[in-house]
Amino acid sequence: MNINFFLILALLLFSIGVVGVLIRRNAIIVFMCIELMLNSVNLVFVTFSSFLGNLNGQIFVFFIMTVAAAEAAIGLAIIIALFRNKSTINLEEINILKW
Amino acid sequence: MVNYFFLITALPLLGFLINGLLGYKVKGRLPGIIGSLTVLGSFVISVIAFFNLLGVTPDQRRITIDLYNWISSGNLNIGIAYLIDPLSIVMCLIITGIGFLIHVYSIGYMNGDKGFARFFAFMNLFIFAMLNLVLADNFLLMFLGWEGVGLCSYLLIGFWYEKKFTGDAANKAFWVNRIGDLGFIIGLFFILQYFHSLNFFVVFSALNPLTVNAGIITIITILLFVGATGKSAQIPLYVWLPDAMAGPTPVSALIHAATMVTAGVYMVARCSAMFALSPITMNLMLIIGACTAFFSATMAVTQNDIKKILAYSTISQLGFMFMALGAGAFSTGIFHVTTHAYFKALMFLGAGSVIHSMHDEQDIMHMGGLKTKMKVTFITFLMGAIAISGIPPFSGFFSKDEILSSIYSSGNYAVYVIALLAAFMTAFYIFRLVGLTFFSNARYDENNVHPHESPNLMTIPLIILAILSIIGGLIGLPGILGTNIFDKFLEPVFSASKLTLHESEISSSTETILILVSIIVAVISVLLSIRVYAKEFSKEKFAESSLYKLIQNKYYIDEFYNAVIVKPLRQLSELLYKFFDLKIIDGAVNGSGKFFDSLAADWRRIQTGVIQDYAILSVAGIVAILIYILFL
Repeated sequence: MNINFFLILALLLFSIGVVGVLIRRNAIIVFMCIELMLNSVNLVFVTFSSFLGNLNGQIFVFFIMTVAAAEAAIGLAIIIALFRNKSTINLEEINILKW
Repeated sequence: MVNYFFLITALPLLGFLINGLLGYKVKGRLPGIIGSLTVLGSFVISVIAFFNLLGVTPDQRRITIDLYNWISSGNLNIGIAYLIDPLSIVMCLIITGIGFLIHVYSIGYMNGDKGFARFFAFMNLFIFAMLNLVLADNFLLMFLGWEGVGLCSYLLIGFWYEKKFTGDAANKAFWVNRIGDLGFIIGLFFILQYFHSLNFFVVFSALNPLTVNAGIITIITILLFVGATGKSAQIPLYVWLPDAMAGPTPVSALIHAATMVTAGVYMVARCSAMFALSPITMNLMLIIGACTAFFSATMAVTQNDIKKILAYSTISQLGFMFMALGAGAFSTGIFHVTTHAYFKALMFLGAGSVIHSMHDEQDIMHMGGLKTKMKVTFITFLMGAIAISGIPPFSGFFSKDEILSSIYSSGNYAVYVIALLAAFMTAFYIFRLVGLTFFSNARYDENNVHPHESPNLMTIPLIILAILSIIGGLIGLPGILGTNIFDKFLEPVFSASKLTLHESEISSSTETILILVSIIVAVISVLLSIRVYAKEFSKEKFAESSLYKLIQNKYYIDEFYNAVIVKPLRQLSELLYKFFDLKIIDGAVNGSGKFFDSLAADWRRIQTGVIQDYAILSVAGIVAILIYILFL
């Protein structure tokens, strides 16, 4: 198998994630896009680990998955809190972070 | 050697801290007692140190106490270190001894004042600063004390700060002193540059008459002398001292007798080895001293305020001291400091006693006939007056006569005549004061003012000082009458200057004539003064003449300084304020604020608050960086 297939797939996934973060207005979707980016990076790690025969990459993947799980819990909690306060999760309406 | 001698300065500092921090909580006389006891303590230790010095041979009379390494930078090491030698111990004894008596007197004088504790705190700080000045073993620590006495004089002159004129007088004293201090500190920089040290011992041992650069020495000594004219109230910086009378009377006594004004004389004496190398500075001191002694004596003759007379008298006596220094008779200058401390402290405290009983009346035109009402004050004051007039065997006679003969033997006959005239006027104005205050007819409202003798706390210091004024001069007998113990004691300190200055001895017959001349001058003057002022008196005979008015207005020197220095400075400041401060400084500050404010008015629109806008910008940035790295 050619390593490029895996890398291009990872690149596509990552790009989808970035574009999703940038253009979607729904906080949940944005959040899922972030997860997508993390997992595309995981894919790169695993690919190189397998091709180079080095386990370090897989160890990193476990770390990232752990952190992503924790982050998912916190992120969802924030979104829920946000919804309770503002009755919306539309990111365009949450714009108090300015002058 | 035992080094508990550092307590000499530590005790007054302790007193200052106790009175300053806790005094406001205490009612009654306790702060005064604490203040007096600490000064008494340092007096006792000074006496012990004095006997320690006497116990060793003259060339070993030198104790150094290193307390703390203050500044250490490269080759420069400046310590908080004290030097106890004959010169500094004499000054210590004067400062703490007279200072203690003044403290005791103040307990009576300041009784009931609401700033009682504050007063004693400042007085102790004053003593502390002055002791640092005289005990320092390097120029910088001396400068610390030098500034300290300036600060304390400011605090004490302006002690009754509710009145505007006391504040003005305090400011004036501070500012005039600053001018002198500027000269002093520039002198210190020159010393540091040229000798690479500020330690007295190092600097003075580097002075070799053959190799030293005379120009530099002249510059340094003149700058130091400028400092001395400020502290010791010499022409042209004497103007602060008469105004300093705004403070409480014991403060005047302290400033005039024990601390502050003697600082300049002490400093010149301490640096005698350096001054002796510069004939120009020595002559300058002689001339300035003579002018000061003469002109301030004329001013004293026409003043009516009892304290102002004494103030001008102090300036005049300081002029005598500087004449002695200028004539190369350093120990004589210090001798006059000593005797002057006795009788001037005595007269100021006596004047305070008079003012106290006259309900704050200070004009001698409204006094008279007090000799029966205030016996102790009268007799002690009379002793002081005789002493300052120079009538033997009172203390002032010996020191003044020694000054006159040292000027004569230095060959400056014109200065000698001026000094003699000043001595004549000294006796005249002081007996004018005595005559108008204690003799003569009562010119105050006898129904409302009932003069009475002051309490014992005030009279006992007067009596002690009177005794000192009578016998204190015997330590410095002139050559024809015996040995001058005082000169001998100070000899090791001035040995270096003695080597450079070739003293011309005068024969004992000349000395006898000089002594007789000064006695005759003093006696004639006293008799003349008594004839004019010790009888029925209504007003001055020549009060309407223009010369009298000129002198009474102090030659309009204050007005002159106001017009020539103060006013232009004010106008310049006004101009600078309106132009430089308001336009340039404020303009720069406000302008930069406005500039960024107007920039922000447009640019802040990119801060939308929508988080994704920020994310787009940061992604765009990353992409730009990637493109730069990969393709460019």
